[in-house]
Amino acid sequence: MISVQHLHIAQRIADISFSLDAGEMLGVIGPNGSGKSTLLQSLAGILEYQGNVNFDGHDIESMTPRHRAQRIGLLPQSCESAWSLSVEDIVALGRLPWGDQDPDAIHCAIDQAGVRELLGRKVDRLSGGERARVWLARVLAGQPRLLLADEPIASLDLYYQRSVMEVLRQYAKAEKGVILAIHDLSLAARYCDQLCLMHHGKVHAWGSPETVLTEANLSAVFNVPVHVDLNSVPPIIASK
Amino acid sequence: MAKLITPLFLLLLCAVVVVSLATGSSAVPVLSGLLDWFGGVDSAAAIIIGEIRLPRTLLAIAVGAALGMSGAALQGLLRNPLADPSLTGASQGAALGAATVFYFGLFSGAGAAAPALAGLIGAGLALLLMLGLAGSSRPSMVIMAGLAISTLTGAALATVLNFAPNPFAMQELVFWLLGSVSERGLDHLTLLLPALLLGGGLIWSQRQLLFGLSLGEQVAESMGLTYRRGSRLIVLGAALLVGASVAVAGSIGFVGLVVPHLVRPLVQHRPDRLLLPSALAGASLVCLADICVRLLPPNREIKLGVLTALIGAPLFIWLIWKDRKRWL
Repeated sequence: MISVQHLHIAQRIADISFSLDAGEMLGVIGPNGSGKSTLLQSLAGILEYQGNVNFDGHDIESMTPRHRAQRIGLLPQSCESAWSLSVEDIVALGRLPWGDQDPDAIHCAIDQAGVRELLGRKVDRLSGGERARVWLARVLAGQPRLLLADEPIASLDLYYQRSVMEVLRQYAKAEKGVILAIHDLSLAARYCDQLCLMHHGKVHAWGSPETVLTEANLSAVFNVPVHVDLNSVPPIIASK
Repeated sequence: MAKLITPLFLLLLCAVVVVSLATGSSAVPVLSGLLDWFGGVDSAAAIIIGEIRLPRTLLAIAVGAALGMSGAALQGLLRNPLADPSLTGASQGAALGAATVFYFGLFSGAGAAAPALAGLIGAGLALLLMLGLAGSSRPSMVIMAGLAISTLTGAALATVLNFAPNPFAMQELVFWLLGSVSERGLDHLTLLLPALLLGGGLIWSQRQLLFGLSLGEQVAESMGLTYRRGSRLIVLGAALLVGASVAVAGSIGFVGLVVPHLVRPLVQHRPDRLLLPSALAGASLVCLADICVRLLPPNREIKLGVLTALIGAPLFIWLIWKDRKRWL
């Protein structure tokens, strides 16, 4: 679905290459400042980069911004509404790249993100967890082929962490793709098909959770001794 | 309800226009006066309605719409409910342009429209300076550049006032700056209308960007909206609107700041849906204020800009008080 080759942004990320098939979920992991957000933003068309990105057989540079936005949706790390908008309006905002108000897409996104009970409320009156699901519904309403989520579960409690991860997993299953930056390595091991471990703007390890989440890899990148037990349910990954 | 807001404001504006045409020192039948004027009949009613009240009403509407819409657009662009159209620097530029007419007697061929013409040129120059200074930076810097140019032209205006050739020129200049739509003809409207249409069109073309910007620049850009170009078009449109309105009517304070505030809750806080109702409400408000000006005793006329400032400032204080409580 997407194939990235030698992606480079001066002083931020260097020579990043990977590919993702439809139906897969890729977790981008690594310490703070390792270039996770930069990678997602460059794929979303916000940052300029060098290198080749091929999306569904097309060079991504040849797409118009609108065309690209119809296919790739970004859920940024921090999101705040400047105005006291209603939940319906926020979700409908996701249709902007299409220039319509497709009720089916909007209702589908509302159900996928589980925000139906929040309809009619103002977004600035919601709790952090409720708001995170509304931002997610906004991206889902655009029905992108590839969904980029930048730390979607940061600052959420256990219930919402699981619910957002389940939504993303289900979304990927329907022949879509999901790339998410994530700090919780246990959840990454549990939900992602592929992992990309980043360090100082470079890919340190790439592949299935078993190949990436080794004590040697994680200790080297995070600079602390790490205990890994992927056989336990759920997987355990913690600093010693 | 939100869909009814624009038609409702349109109805309100129509009612205000009728009242405006009927208000004046002498009682004149509005409809027959208008019909006479359109038909070219040379009656007293035709002259009063067509030559005095109609231009005055239309100017008040145009100026109010320009201020209301530019305020709504800038507040949406900067994601800040306290942004004011004068931040673009165009209004001070227009004031300086008009002031130089009083000082140097430029464009004497243009007659009564000379200050407006010079004001437009002043607004245009201030705008070019502002865009040149801002270069390709972010909108917050564009507004900083506007503020810088505004300060510069403000200083130049103070200099003009300081060296006014005589007390009468100074009085004329100060009165003009206080803002008014009286004693102006339809030729002023022909100066204002193109700027109004162009500026309004520029802002209207970027309404999706204003909606997208509700969730920040990253979200807007990730949705395929061209943020840098779009934000410049919005600033340009707002500057055209406010520059032209100041050039024609002097500075009418607080309308651009307060009107979007009052209308926002009625459109569910949507910055894109705020544009037209703000323009219509601004038009009604300025026209209403001008009706009040005409109803006050005629010997010491209060200027329109003074009245809107007197109404607007307490409203503004109330809005801050309300917001302050909300964030406590």
